[in-house]
Amino acid sequence: MFQSNKPDPSLLRGMTRSRLGRRDALRLGGLSAMGAFLAACGVEGKGKPQASMAPDAVAKFWADKTQNGKLNFAGWPLYMDPKKPELKKFTQKTGIQVTYDEVIQEMAPWFAKVQPQLSAGQSIGYDVMVITNSSQFGQFRDSGFLAPLDHAKLPNYAANAAKSYASSSYDPGNVFSIPYASGITGIAYDPAKIKEPITKLSDLWNPKYKGKVGMFRDLQELGNFGLLAAGIDPAKSTEADWQKAAAELKKQKDAGIVRNYYDQSYVDALGKGEVWITMAWSGDVFQKNVSDGTNFKFVIPEDGATIWTDNMAIPVTAENPVDAIMLMDFLYELENATTLAEYINYVCPVPAAQAQMKKHAAALTGEDKAYLLSVAESPLVFPGEAEYDRLHYYVDFNTAEEKKDFERVFQPIVLG
Amino acid sequence: MDRVKRTLTPYLLVLPGGLWLLLFFAVPMATMLSLSLQEGDIVNGFVFTGHWQNYVDSISAYQTQLIRSLVYGAITSVVLIVLAFPVAYWIAFYGGRKKATYLFLILLPFFVSFVLRTISWRMLLTDDGVLLHPLKEAGLLPADFQVLGTATAVIAGLVYSFLPFMVLPIYVALERIDPRVVEAARDLYASPLTSFRKVIFPLALPGVFAGVLMTFVPATSDYVNSELLGSSETTMIGQVIQSQFLSNSDYPSASALSFTLMTVLLIGVFSYARALGTEDVMKVAAR
Repeated sequence: MFQSNKPDPSLLRGMTRSRLGRRDALRLGGLSAMGAFLAACGVEGKGKPQASMAPDAVAKFWADKTQNGKLNFAGWPLYMDPKKPELKKFTQKTGIQVTYDEVIQEMAPWFAKVQPQLSAGQSIGYDVMVITNSSQFGQFRDSGFLAPLDHAKLPNYAANAAKSYASSSYDPGNVFSIPYASGITGIAYDPAKIKEPITKLSDLWNPKYKGKVGMFRDLQELGNFGLLAAGIDPAKSTEADWQKAAAELKKQKDAGIVRNYYDQSYVDALGKGEVWITMAWSGDVFQKNVSDGTNFKFVIPEDGATIWTDNMAIPVTAENPVDAIMLMDFLYELENATTLAEYINYVCPVPAAQAQMKKHAAALTGEDKAYLLSVAESPLVFPGEAEYDRLHYYVDFNTAEEKKDFERVFQPIVLG
Repeated sequence: MDRVKRTLTPYLLVLPGGLWLLLFFAVPMATMLSLSLQEGDIVNGFVFTGHWQNYVDSISAYQTQLIRSLVYGAITSVVLIVLAFPVAYWIAFYGGRKKATYLFLILLPFFVSFVLRTISWRMLLTDDGVLLHPLKEAGLLPADFQVLGTATAVIAGLVYSFLPFMVLPIYVALERIDPRVVEAARDLYASPLTSFRKVIFPLALPGVFAGVLMTFVPATSDYVNSELLGSSETTMIGQVIQSQFLSNSDYPSASALSFTLMTVLLIGVFSYARALGTEDVMKVAAR
């Protein structure tokens, strides 16, 4: 099923929507304490799900629910092989018909779209939706729009998911969601233009690259990098810290170092030599190199980078929640998680998929084999401890007011 | 009965269009106006509180972009007049039988999607693109020379996008000039320059006015050109409104900015009509 001459998914994604889309979501989002993966630290997230949930909520929700033989999946464009092999397998195995719609392109509009129906207690027509750990995730969660998951129905998740996800700050204990895929925001650069190795965030502030540095327009992404560059942990940041970070970013901008603040188009700008070094999303760079034969490097800066996670959740008004949770678990079967990651090239929540992917690669020959091996060995699809240690989630907002303040601090940098 | 019918007819005729306007213009406008005076956030909903502060806040936060947009719009219109007038003049007076062909040629690029054309410019003008790369290689341009990301690029993009909207009205005005009027001027010993200045140009003014109307307003509120050809230094008010609406879900602020922009443009347009002095102009423009 694997072909090396398939169209570049990241490109296609970029063509069908500006990827401002998915990531945009992340922009104001963010819920984080230490980064979900720093499980050991055990820092309490600021999420409030348990507080508002009755102990028997799970039992109560699932008590009268039955399998209906169909379900509707709300996903993002090109976030799954267009032939949907995993869904076909699922239908074969369970007889459940899946309608997969790529209806979510940006978190804020998606929330705005379904919010009225959800508040009225009506079905939104979807039984699973893939939502990012953005501020909208918190809004879904805190408004009681997400069904509590019955973990007895998620054996594969329990067996195969990386344990660290259970301690995510946006949904500790995976009460409402399980991950679909994650991605890393780091630095990409063109080694043809920049000879010295790039290792630190401060390289984005290097006057040597004046006018050739790309930053993200996404306020949450930009703010996070500003905070990390100023040596501040985004999770613990206060408004005073935001001001400090904004001052750093302003300095960078006023010195003429920043070429522009980009959405998804940064990949293009990097390809065309508009920028030599830029903030970047992991999957994109990987795909760009594979499809265009470019040799761009992606690094996770020593002093920190950003990680975000897209999660599967069931709207509380879903008509087919049993079918939905079956599919969610099905995607955590090792083979399915592996093929999914092989296609989308973002961080796979199932660590064992790495070995499985290598096994798949061994069965191939030539270019296909080399490509799949490179996916399997990429720290961007399967980050190691060393990578995780450097990754931070977005700034967390407790109130809408805080979110607005954050925007007010960082917006002027982007909108010169 | 007949009389009733006759009195009713005009109203009946205006009914479909009127309803359409009511539904798709008046209602959204009223909603937006109300929205611009509301407070709240997207989760808890927005509540009407007559919060005029929205205007004060959003204008003070984004006045730079607002003023920049007006300046870009004005420059665009002026450049357009300078570029479009000779073209329209030539087609109107020297186009002969091929006038229609020439006009079609002016319009031809506009059969391609607006966004696609702007993206093409982006590809042509990019730092290491087909245009700049050879020039840089040849040493004719410094290595760090760039066109994209500058105000020049954005204004050039705007000019390109709206060129036909200036050419066509000026052409129509010029086309309508009776050649005998020009001949008369020459008979009265006016030099070609004088006859242009005193006869042709004033007669073409309604066209220029209409052209400015049709280009200044959309150019000022445009955001595609700045988005694709500009940088953060060229952000226009349209981009701000777009991001306030779609990314930040700050509907009141976005609505307030939209109304501010609309008000400023309306005042601009009316005082412009006033200054040119003329109901005639409006009348001709409307024709």
